[in-house]
Amino acid sequence: MKVGNSGDVTVLTPTGLDEALRALADDPTTTVLAGGTDLMVAVNAGRHRADRVLSLRRVAELRGWRREGDELVVGAGTTYSALLDDELARLAPGLAQAARTVGSPQIRNAGTVGGNLGTASPAGDTLPVLAALDARVEVASTGGRRTIPLDHFLTGPKATALAPGELVVAVRVPVASGPQEYLKIGVRNAMVIAVASCALVVDRTRRRVACALGSVGPVPIRDRRTEAWLSSQVDWRTARVRNATVAERFGMHMASAAQAIDDHRAPAGYRRHAVSVLARRAVERALG
Amino acid sequence: MNAVPSTFSLRVNGVERQVEDTRPGESLLFVLRERLGLPGSKNACEQGECGSCSVLVDGELVCACLELAAAVAGCDVVTVEGLARRAPGAAGPTGDAPANGSDDGVHRDEHDDHDDLGDTLTDVQRAMVEAGGVQCGFCTPGFVVAIDRLLEREPAPTPVQVREALAGNLCRCTGYGRIVAAIEAVVRGRSEGAPP
Repeated sequence: MKVGNSGDVTVLTPTGLDEALRALADDPTTTVLAGGTDLMVAVNAGRHRADRVLSLRRVAELRGWRREGDELVVGAGTTYSALLDDELARLAPGLAQAARTVGSPQIRNAGTVGGNLGTASPAGDTLPVLAALDARVEVASTGGRRTIPLDHFLTGPKATALAPGELVVAVRVPVASGPQEYLKIGVRNAMVIAVASCALVVDRTRRRVACALGSVGPVPIRDRRTEAWLSSQVDWRTARVRNATVAERFGMHMASAAQAIDDHRAPAGYRRHAVSVLARRAVERALG
Repeated sequence: MNAVPSTFSLRVNGVERQVEDTRPGESLLFVLRERLGLPGSKNACEQGECGSCSVLVDGELVCACLELAAAVAGCDVVTVEGLARRAPGAAGPTGDAPANGSDDGVHRDEHDDHDDLGDTLTDVQRAMVEAGGVQCGFCTPGFVVAIDRLLEREPAPTPVQVREALAGNLCRCTGYGRIVAAIEAVVRGRSEGAPP
């Protein structure tokens, strides 16, 4: 496509990743546009000026996913709808469950995993699942690539370890080796931002359970001691908890781990209660 | 590097349209309504909550308010105005719609230019009228596009599939019951071989 007067250009639409990274290197303040479901809300409201935008829509290398041994490499441009694809949902059921709770069909068709990571909202639905999976975020710049563990990638509410000129390229998670659950509370079942959420990942191979909470802290919350305790309460031959009180106690432990705050969506006390219920239910469903 | 200048071309309802002198950040919804004279997609929340601006971009149902217009240059955009033309087996602008669709006394020419878009109703649109799925009408175009997409993927959706597919479209008038009834009527009609 022909470029008009320089200064006339508003939107860059590279088709290759290298091109995209060069555009970002030329001006690291460039606004990166993935699905637009967060960014365009700010643009429409006049809160963000979109003078120079890098649209990732046409970058084929960011789309799709592949399996590398026991690991899945999910491209940053993978939409929530694509996470619901049968084959991928079997390999990463927790991500599929989280994706299904996002917005509406319209939002799921646009929003992407890379966008969820880049925006780094404490309520991002894939983030607790990625945290419980010990996901690794692959980022790239013209200087090369690096892989950042999720708990280092997310540095605070809407803050990441991305350096200027870096782009999220993919996220790596293990292929499921046991049940996974994502549960979320909001004011309705669709079109809702999580007031509290909980991801539970059972790893039957390594005989351990991981759990991460969303929307009750600046980043997804994990509690390794409680996870170790829960793992010790599982009969790993059957992958069931040894008795019915385990789920309830686990819920209470996770509620105390939550760093819930009062805000316009819910008071902290409600969030802690919600976490105790969600974590208990997750255990009942995955290990009951 | 591909770069989209402030004047660019957008393919809407099968027609290449020139969009001139846009300002940074203009959404697809703004361009459709304010620059291309296609007001069918409605502007309500501008944050993807209400679904009244639902359109198809490369066949995917999305909110036009959340698409940066320049970034979808080169994509295939279908709005509610273009659904009738797009429907499989659709007749020309005079259509073959039964009573509710065509007996309104409006003269339609046989020619097939852009001005005719929206004059013919699809079976989904007719069913919405017949079932009383339209009250104030503001949400209707978004519902029609979403329903069109749903039935393309799932010709006989379950009640749960219907509810989930329409979860992104808000209607404050009907309580949804008559909208769901309209969908059931379309599914019945199509299974009996009615034209779209």
